[in-house]
Amino acid sequence: MKTDELIIILSNDGHPLERLWSNLALGAVVGTLVAATIFFAAIGFRPDIAQAAQTIRFLFKFAVTISLAATAVQVSFKLSRPDWDFRSSSALLIAPVLLAGAVGVELLVLPSGQWMSKLVGHNARTCMTLIPLLAIGPLICFMAALRHGAPSNPGWTGATAGLAASGIAATFYASNCNDDSPLFVATWYPIAILAVCAAGYLIGRRALKW
Amino acid sequence: MTTTSREANWTKWMRAAVAGDSGAYRQFLHAVAPYIRAIARSRCRRLGILESEAEDIVQEVLLTIHLKQGTWDHSREIGPWITAITRNKIIDVFRRRGRRIEVPIDGMMDSLQAEEERPELRPRDIDALVGKLTCHQQEIVRSISIGAASIRETAERLEMTEVAVRVSLHRALKALGALYRRSAGED
Repeated sequence: MKTDELIIILSNDGHPLERLWSNLALGAVVGTLVAATIFFAAIGFRPDIAQAAQTIRFLFKFAVTISLAATAVQVSFKLSRPDWDFRSSSALLIAPVLLAGAVGVELLVLPSGQWMSKLVGHNARTCMTLIPLLAIGPLICFMAALRHGAPSNPGWTGATAGLAASGIAATFYASNCNDDSPLFVATWYPIAILAVCAAGYLIGRRALKW
Repeated sequence: MTTTSREANWTKWMRAAVAGDSGAYRQFLHAVAPYIRAIARSRCRRLGILESEAEDIVQEVLLTIHLKQGTWDHSREIGPWITAITRNKIIDVFRRRGRRIEVPIDGMMDSLQAEEERPELRPRDIDALVGKLTCHQQEIVRSISIGAASIRETAERLEMTEVAVRVSLHRALKALGALYRRSAGED
């Protein structure tokens, strides 16, 4: 078949107006709903959430997790277009920088004798289990949506989707966990999140090829 | 024509195409094909691959542009998007042949003017891949390509509704895209 013939065929295909943006937005909304459903059905808020909500440490957890989710969603959407590259990823630094700042303040205000016990906390194992579990639903939704895209780097885009999914998962989990110290958050959350990112990378490398 | 005005035309035609103007879409595809061909040939030459393979790349890129047009952000110029699709596909094709290469994106646009007018060489991949579609899909694809027949004429000849022809054609093109990907995995 000659190229001119192919062009005739393609231009006869009308316009399959598949808007990438609406697919991605749908994926993000459905993914969040899936995580929310599982969270409220099986896990739920911590019992003392009303008092906890008065404390800065509890609230700050959400500043970190929500900014992680929001920036990673935005970056993974950008990376799903072929003409965007790594340089559009700098927003991903916001959440780590916020958390690093909070760790610094915590180390200043907390006597050094308490550092270790705050870091170890009570829920490390729960944290590392629930965040990946809650992230599965959103990750699947993001991957399904991103398959409509054409990322230049499928692996990295998958990893960013993993970051977005675990940001959503961590936001829900943070409202259950009673370890509020930035020392705990900076130690255990990243382990869980990186595991999801690694899964996202491996899935993305295969599933997001186009 | 300068690079800028050429790209401005592509963007203009593609915006019209998205709004439903299939004539503008055909014009767009005809206009970008020589550009893609020039890139593909220069890469083939540089890497010591037969230039006859360049036309296979051109066709795969055009099909990808068609199937992935939803990933173009309409508010941006289309040139960088086309370059990115072309670069990605060329990397895929050469990786299939066991070479890892870098295709620098900068300067691609400017290095191409001279050889645009040379005639295309005979491509091979697409006929083999079309042969793997279902018989019905092959019939529709061949009917529209060979006779340059419209959807309506094909529908009359095959005694189908126009909508059914459209749906089959679109499925066939998606299947063709998947076959290209799969052939990448097998080699």
